[in-house]
Amino acid sequence: MDLSQAYSMMWTDLGATLSLAIVALAGLVLVVFDAFKPRHEATPWIAGLALMAGFVIEMMNLSTPEGLAWFDMMRTGGSAAFVNMLVLGSGALSVVLSVPYLKRIEHNIGEVYTMILFATVGMLVLGSANNLITVFVGLETMSICLYVMTGFVRSEAGSTESALKYFLLGAFSTGFFLYGITLIYGATGSMEFGAIRAAADASAGFMFWGGVSLLLVGFLFKVSAAPFHMWTPDVYQGAPTTITGYMSTASKAAAFAALIVILWKALPAERWADVLAVFAVITMVMGNVIALSQQNIKRMLAYSSIAHAGYVLVGLAAGSQAGYAGALFYLMVYTIMNIGAFGVLALLEWDGKEGSEQTMDSLAGVGYRKPFLGWSMAVFMFSLSGFPPLAGFLGKWAVFAPAVEANLVWLAIIGVLTSAVSAYYYLRVLVVFFMKPADEESPAASTPFDVPRASAFVIAACVVLLVLFGVTTFALEVTQGFFGAAALASTP
Amino acid sequence: MNIPYLTSIVIFLPLLGAALTMLARSESAIKWSALGVTSLTLLLSIGLYLGFDPAVSTAAAPQLANMSSSWFPEMFDVKYFVGIDGLNILLIMLTTLLGPIVVLSSWTYIGKAHKPYYTLLLVLQTGVTGVFAAHDIFLFYIFFELTLIPMYFIIGIWGGENRVYAAVKFVLYTLVGSLLMLVALIYLGYAAGDAVNGGVFTTDWYKLVSYNMPLEMQGWLFLLFALAFAIKVPLFPLHTWLPDAHVQAPTGGSVILAGVLLKMGTYGLVKFCLPFFPNAAQEYAMLFAVLAVIGIIYGALVSRAQSDAKKLVAYSSVSHLGFVVLGIFAFTIEAMQGAMIQMINHGISTGALFLILGMLYERRHTREMTDFGGLATSVPVLTFFMILSVLASAGLPGLNGFVGEFLILIGSFKSTVLGSPLLVALATTGVILAAVYLLYMVYQTFWGELEIEENATMKDLNGRELGILVPLAALMIILGFAPAPFLAKSEPAVKELLQTIESKRIAAEEMASLSEGIARWTPDSEASALTQTD
Repeated sequence: MDLSQAYSMMWTDLGATLSLAIVALAGLVLVVFDAFKPRHEATPWIAGLALMAGFVIEMMNLSTPEGLAWFDMMRTGGSAAFVNMLVLGSGALSVVLSVPYLKRIEHNIGEVYTMILFATVGMLVLGSANNLITVFVGLETMSICLYVMTGFVRSEAGSTESALKYFLLGAFSTGFFLYGITLIYGATGSMEFGAIRAAADASAGFMFWGGVSLLLVGFLFKVSAAPFHMWTPDVYQGAPTTITGYMSTASKAAAFAALIVILWKALPAERWADVLAVFAVITMVMGNVIALSQQNIKRMLAYSSIAHAGYVLVGLAAGSQAGYAGALFYLMVYTIMNIGAFGVLALLEWDGKEGSEQTMDSLAGVGYRKPFLGWSMAVFMFSLSGFPPLAGFLGKWAVFAPAVEANLVWLAIIGVLTSAVSAYYYLRVLVVFFMKPADEESPAASTPFDVPRASAFVIAACVVLLVLFGVTTFALEVTQGFFGAAALASTP
Repeated sequence: MNIPYLTSIVIFLPLLGAALTMLARSESAIKWSALGVTSLTLLLSIGLYLGFDPAVSTAAAPQLANMSSSWFPEMFDVKYFVGIDGLNILLIMLTTLLGPIVVLSSWTYIGKAHKPYYTLLLVLQTGVTGVFAAHDIFLFYIFFELTLIPMYFIIGIWGGENRVYAAVKFVLYTLVGSLLMLVALIYLGYAAGDAVNGGVFTTDWYKLVSYNMPLEMQGWLFLLFALAFAIKVPLFPLHTWLPDAHVQAPTGGSVILAGVLLKMGTYGLVKFCLPFFPNAAQEYAMLFAVLAVIGIIYGALVSRAQSDAKKLVAYSSVSHLGFVVLGIFAFTIEAMQGAMIQMINHGISTGALFLILGMLYERRHTREMTDFGGLATSVPVLTFFMILSVLASAGLPGLNGFVGEFLILIGSFKSTVLGSPLLVALATTGVILAAVYLLYMVYQTFWGELEIEENATMKDLNGRELGILVPLAALMIILGFAPAPFLAKSEPAVKELLQTIESKRIAAEEMASLSEGIARWTPDSEASALTQTD
């Protein structure tokens, strides 16, 4: 290949991964901009616009079939575009929610937005990876930014503690992950998904499966599946609330997307169905049961996000095209619900009480004070517990139906029973919001409580999307198209 | 009268009304818009009643059907499919009738947060109507669950002392059942899709009915479905959520709960459990009949022991719904017809009882029967309606309750599936017990001396309250003296249903004996080779 050919290829590939380029560039620009104009009003705008632009670009890429770019290191279009859309959308909404929130906790610093942009870059790489090295690079870029974001409120002991915990455990899990990649490379002689599959189909020995196991441990840690979930409650509780919303959704979507693609393309997935089913059961049971006893809503939502990782794993365990598609759809719904729920929680810290300290009781009767936030939270809670006609139900349906089809009826039954358990703690939030009288004497009752317009818009958008995706199925149809035989064939 | 999409309009008009009430500003605007929407829905639903012709068979498609199959991706045969048949027409009418009645009964009862209350009430009505009208079981499931959300808030926000406990218990009980049903539903959809729909997952009621399920599959699927409906009915021993929910719910909530929400369970048994799994249903018929009879007697005895009038009526629901379940599992035309009409009767008479108790509660803020006494002299009109409803509920001939209970009992005596006159004789004692506890309530509250000052000065019914009770009282008498036109609406459908059940049952048994025969005739080596190629 001569130089001019490589040069023209570079432009083609850059076009194919334009959103990545824009977000990365915006991140670099912001680093410099923030150095000269610290805490400038425009910083979040630039970040938000870059993410929105990326979102629109990926939306247009959605209908293009899967393709490869950058010497087969990255995938474009199809499912990669879908996951990138989720990540970018989650980032953009989180930026909007973060501005008033960070202003209120007096930490509206430009680095946060830069970090969101770089974390998003990592997630985009992760979500569109076609090679284990790309996966690793994406995963690390994302994780390091998340460690920083978790702990950037240095005055808060909880924030710092959670960041350190996250960092140490995360570094440990990265070790597993990297060692897994090494073993797989040793066994198959390749890092590229298709080639790994070909080699594994020919002969897969102990070394290969050992490598895959370690890789899986790394992934399950990142998606906070039990029994690798221990970091989640502390980190989600300690991190600033809007950042928690961001990392609980985008990072999970990206990591799950990479796992799905590896299962789909690199491994003979059917062999992993039972293992994934077992992890799904442990995750659903642990997440939901421990969430029952939480007094802090933020921590409860952390456990709930563990449980939701379990539901996604049910779709993965089904090991079919519909299962993977259902898992992707679920991730989208989960992203919308959680962004909305954490967005409401962030606004509910109006009385100066950090979300990490706020107990169920301190929010009594808040649904009457701010009916909009209250009823929006009701939609998020009902959707999280999987009530029709909200999208959470269709999401559960999308992962349980393939499981039943794959003869995992027992798994679906455990899944629905745990989701009945989950209804209890989700409803408890609404009990507090609507059915407990507010304490009129508390200082919170007299503190003025404004809902910024931009935040209200984001929350309303989440509500509308949940209803829309609950009563229509076009998004489900889109995801179903990603994993056909045609898509597999087009990427050798 | 021929309005296109009438069925869908009747279902979704209240939802539209919910949006309208959300926009309304003043309290009276909210109330009047809710009343207007529910009344309009009632008027339109009369069009359904007149448009439905029982002489036209609904074996292949429901009447006044609206269908759209573009809802789901092509790989799933899940449709928006609603329509009217003999099984649901009366229940839909009951739902739309209770709509304005419930709004009127809440007029002064609801003291706070009017807007969400009426909005949720209207959403609830859409859910319930949708449940009855759906001919696609996935759609049915969505409406079934949709009723939980508003009811949860109605009990939890506007309920009595212990409302949170009651509301959460209500949701969790129903949810466990319905989620297990969801798994069974998915399984059924794939199995039926493979057999009768060219491999495409289907939830179309007609396709599912046409699917002859192998015997070994029927058992657990039937149990998962029946569990969901038995919780909703509620069948003894799954009934414990009901008294809590009833007692804590505001009057409007209780009326809807007793009037139509419980009927979703019995309707589900008739519409889905029996025709989908006929063999399993008959196999377990005795179990359900025994539980129903235990419920009849137990509910009646517990009712007698109550001091709270609302609790008494709540437990009487357990007893009355036991009759309906008994009638369903008798598999005879009389009993099934009795069950269909008894669902309506129970909705009317128990609804009226809850309404009157609500009126008393508004006046005295108590439901303890000892706090009353001698009301007959101070509020004669109210007493008249109370006694009428009590007699209807106790099954006095000439009033509606008698028709249903009588049909159920003679049908169950004749039943070859149950084949146990002793059981039915035990059930009959429920009628006597009903008279005991209901007349005891009347005796305690309305007869005797006027000892308490507040009771003596109690105001009698006002115009609004009369407007609520008169239609219900009229229906009690009409249904009691002339039940034939109402029974005629459901008769062909019930006959058809029982025929379908019978022919499916025989076919499944033949299939089972046939495959047994094949297994016996095939040499072992060949059989194992067959399974391997599978």
